[in-house]
Amino acid sequence: MPQLSRDTRHAISFTLNGKATSGHAEPRMLLSDFLVHELGMTSVHVGCEHGVCGACTLRIDGTVSRACLTFAVQVDGKRVDTVESLSPEEGGLSDLQKSFRRNHGLQCGYCTPGILMSLDAYLEENPKPSEAELRDMLSGHLCRCTGYVNIVRAVMEHVGNSP
Amino acid sequence: MSQTQEKYVGQPVERVEDAALLTGSAMFSDHLPTRTGTLHAAILRSPHAHAEIASIDVSAAKAMPGVVEVLTGEDLRDISDPFLIVLREPILQWALAVGKVRYVGEPVVIAIATDRYRAEDALSAIEVAYRTLKPAIDPEEAAAEGAPVVHEDVGSNIVSTRDFVYGDPDAAFAEADRTVKLKISYPRNSHTPIEGFVAAVAYDPATESYDVQSNFQGPYSTHTVISKALRVSSSKLRMRTPNFSGGGFGVKVQVFPYIVLMGLASRVTGRPVKWIEDRLEHLSGATAAPNRIVSIEAAVRNDGTITGFRFDQLDDYGAFLRAPMPGPLYRMHGILTGAYDVKNLSVTNRLLLTNKCPSGMVRGFGGPQMYYAIERLVQRIAVELGLDHYEVIRRNLVPAGVFPYRAAAGALLDSGDYPAALEKAANEGKLEELRKRRDEARAEGRLYGIGYAAIVEPAQSNMGYLSNILPLEERRKNPKGGAVSNATVNIDPLGTVNVTADSIPQGQGHMTVLSQIVADNLGLEPGDIHVNLEHDTAKDAWSIATGNYSSRFTSSTAVAADRAAKKARAKLARIASQTLNVPPENLEFGNGRIYAADNPDNSINLYRVAGSAHWTPGNLPDDMEPGIREIGSWSPPELEPPNDKDQINSSLTYGFVFDFCGVEIDRDTGEVRIDKYVTMHDSGTLLNPKLAEGQVHGAFAWAVGCALYEEFAYGEDGSFLNGTFADYLVPTAWEVPEPQIVHMATPSLVTPLGAKGVGEGNCMSTPVCIANAVCDALGVENVTLPLSPDKVSALIHGEERPPPEGVETPPAPKGASDRVIAGTGEAFVPAAQEAVWDALLDPEKLAAVIPGCHALDRVGENEYRAEVTVGAGPVKGRFKATVILSDMDPPNAATLSGALTGLLGLSEGTGRVTLTPRDGGTALAYDYGIEVSGTVAAVGGRMLEGAARALVRQFFERLASVLGGGPAEAPEADAPAALWWRRLLAALGIRR
Repeated sequence: MPQLSRDTRHAISFTLNGKATSGHAEPRMLLSDFLVHELGMTSVHVGCEHGVCGACTLRIDGTVSRACLTFAVQVDGKRVDTVESLSPEEGGLSDLQKSFRRNHGLQCGYCTPGILMSLDAYLEENPKPSEAELRDMLSGHLCRCTGYVNIVRAVMEHVGNSP
Repeated sequence: MSQTQEKYVGQPVERVEDAALLTGSAMFSDHLPTRTGTLHAAILRSPHAHAEIASIDVSAAKAMPGVVEVLTGEDLRDISDPFLIVLREPILQWALAVGKVRYVGEPVVIAIATDRYRAEDALSAIEVAYRTLKPAIDPEEAAAEGAPVVHEDVGSNIVSTRDFVYGDPDAAFAEADRTVKLKISYPRNSHTPIEGFVAAVAYDPATESYDVQSNFQGPYSTHTVISKALRVSSSKLRMRTPNFSGGGFGVKVQVFPYIVLMGLASRVTGRPVKWIEDRLEHLSGATAAPNRIVSIEAAVRNDGTITGFRFDQLDDYGAFLRAPMPGPLYRMHGILTGAYDVKNLSVTNRLLLTNKCPSGMVRGFGGPQMYYAIERLVQRIAVELGLDHYEVIRRNLVPAGVFPYRAAAGALLDSGDYPAALEKAANEGKLEELRKRRDEARAEGRLYGIGYAAIVEPAQSNMGYLSNILPLEERRKNPKGGAVSNATVNIDPLGTVNVTADSIPQGQGHMTVLSQIVADNLGLEPGDIHVNLEHDTAKDAWSIATGNYSSRFTSSTAVAADRAAKKARAKLARIASQTLNVPPENLEFGNGRIYAADNPDNSINLYRVAGSAHWTPGNLPDDMEPGIREIGSWSPPELEPPNDKDQINSSLTYGFVFDFCGVEIDRDTGEVRIDKYVTMHDSGTLLNPKLAEGQVHGAFAWAVGCALYEEFAYGEDGSFLNGTFADYLVPTAWEVPEPQIVHMATPSLVTPLGAKGVGEGNCMSTPVCIANAVCDALGVENVTLPLSPDKVSALIHGEERPPPEGVETPPAPKGASDRVIAGTGEAFVPAAQEAVWDALLDPEKLAAVIPGCHALDRVGENEYRAEVTVGAGPVKGRFKATVILSDMDPPNAATLSGALTGLLGLSEGTGRVTLTPRDGGTALAYDYGIEVSGTVAAVGGRMLEGAARALVRQFFERLASVLGGGPAEAPEADAPAALWWRRLLAALGIRR
């Protein structure tokens, strides 16, 4: 990895939701701050800034990551996907998003993009999780509104494993 | 053409909010645009619970790159006033501490810079000298004579005592078959929204006014507190809130001190200033529900009938009585008898201040504490009388057919049938099967218990309830009551319906419900109604009750919107009646048209009618104003000021909740597992059952957290101990079971829509229901929340036994507590003993050896000062260190004592190191005990222990390296206190 000097804004180029994107950031700038305050990404939500709550979860080269535990300069040359990447090309909501709406799987919606990004990766590997497996995976996210019941319902209905 | 228009109110309509939230386009406060050149703030907070501020030096911070201004409490004192409070006591709080700090996390200095990172950098260069004072932490000790006083000008930590008597409690107790007593202690906790506070304020010197963007949630009675603190009239304080907020739960009223702080920062710097709270700031310094100690007694007959209650409530509000405190005591006042028909009642309310974070609104707002006392007591009554708990509840309920029912302390219970609700819950929730399940589990020797709780859930607070804290003569002069709500229905020139309102939503789906209400009134689809709930005090209707709290939406803003829509409908009907030649009262609305009830073919498009109010106002009926912009305002007449007997109808509507549950306790670990949970709700008419159910699930989940995990923990010295989500444990999907929800709908008699509140009931019923089940399972008299495994284990197995013979007992370090890190260890340095000893006394060598050391100076005989950077867990900071060597025995042994002070807190420690020649080198043996406070204490003992071990290891590695030898052999220095724990984990096969 190249040596970066502090107090200097370094050029970063990466692919954000399929589009070539670039900007400048000091080495210490968090990816979460960069996306929100430099690029104006409204889908990125910061909840704890220490990696526990999961609200800022996104994918870096496909790997589920916490934006608050990643420096912006670390994504140089990489692919970053946030919740906008889940929308179908024709617009509107994906099937999983529709299931969240149908099942009232969100209230304030602050934790939702992070949960959707974890689910996006998780369901690729585990397309038919049991409820216990799903709850285990969801335990990496904190939600203070829903009590999780309707999140679980939304996903189980989506994967065709309705209880 | 079908004219029957589907009604949407009462249907599980999908939310109109969701598309923006699911795709990430919804804007929360941090996403809102701010003016170019906006500055960013960071706040230096107190590491002490109680201390005088001896001096503050901000000169180095001010000189740092990007730093625009650094302000202290003394700077603000000249340009602002202390926050208004309900009592006439000298409890003065400014936006920054003045003279003294009174809790860990209290704002002391604000740094304002070009970005948040540079503002935070500046904090590390600010020097604050404190003279620490003994803090008042434990509520009962703080309430006692001789305790350290939080506000010396008040002279006591008890800042208000009020006695209330209703009926004839003395007679009830004298005539009772027996008296059952209990003392409970309810912990300090909070709902911790995932989005923290955000405040951005721009001051305009030309108009001397403040423009605020924040995620404040009301009540807007607080607007007055802010404008008074800023010394401006209310019209010069413009408060704006967005459509979306990342959870509120009451907590976000407490963004108000930061609105004042950022306002003043903007005024001084002449530029807009924005601040984003971080999680440590939120947990340590935002707010908390007050912890409460209640001594409660019931006068009972042998058949279980309760004839009287006596309450003695000591509510701990932390360091200041911030608005709207002491709401938690008085919001529930009218309904102090809960769901029970008890006429005789006496209450003593004592308000206590301690050196903890100031309390504020948190979901449930006084209900969790009050019902914990009542419902635990009812369980005790059943046990002591040998009766069935369910039967004791049933026997004492307010009976059916007596509504509206005036409760002893003044609540006007608007509607319900509590016994029927109980029976419905027992049937649908299969209580009998649960009882069998318990019997079977117990027959197998398992620990299984059933708990119950019955509560009345209030909604829409009476704005006058706090005046009950004032003596009668005083409140007669200025009687307060009511609760005003506002909504506007505006139909634009092309006939699109737009709705604005005063509900300040935080995720409850208010847009959806308002679109349902307005659609039904105008014969449209919810999708036709555009609801914008951004609120702007400069342009939107608001009143003191405006905001999102006390479950007010369904019984206030929703009603105001219904009234506004009815006005719009009446106006449209009058206009249409001219065209259709049908009297307005004979017109119907449906499918976007207005038509004659008896001849649906005689109809006109609604948008055309609305358009004519804009395009051809000359054709309107003579007395009609042009355009269609109708305002609905409402204040229910039932919300009267407290009467001369101190009775207060503290809320407008009263729902009923009855819960029961089965829990099983793991005998080995003390873990409480919720096996089954049934929750019965009569919340009146449900405007949207899907959303109502979501509220129940959310309240239940937090309540499970309160019952089992969540508590703000303080050390004896007032250190705040759980400042991360790894320490303040919030339940995840794994810990929250799905409750069975049973509904009953008895429409409210006092709101036009028949709806009551639904979002707070389980916060009040579930913690005590689970506690009752645990008491039933263990056969213990009482428990204190949260029921963590260690606490429950102690109830099962008693106190921890001493270790078996031959196993070393760890020495108790000085001031032993959770915050003490202790350890011993050995190391080998391949250098002669004299050389090692000399190195330890040589400042240059020592500087090279101490991990993270920037500079080390000798300041006296065997006394050193150093600057070091130390990290522990997620925090890393620069500290000033002092080290003193004593009990010197050259070259064999020395005692090192010292202290670290820095932005992240402070630590004091002592260690002894012994040097012995061995194998051509030197063996060192050492022990240490370190006590920490401040931020470092809040990040958790587990991390600190590891950090201390790593630092000690690094020290000896570097010592060996500096002395030119090979690497030191420094075996891991295990804290003896941790040894038993490791053995336990090993025995359980978890580690090693």
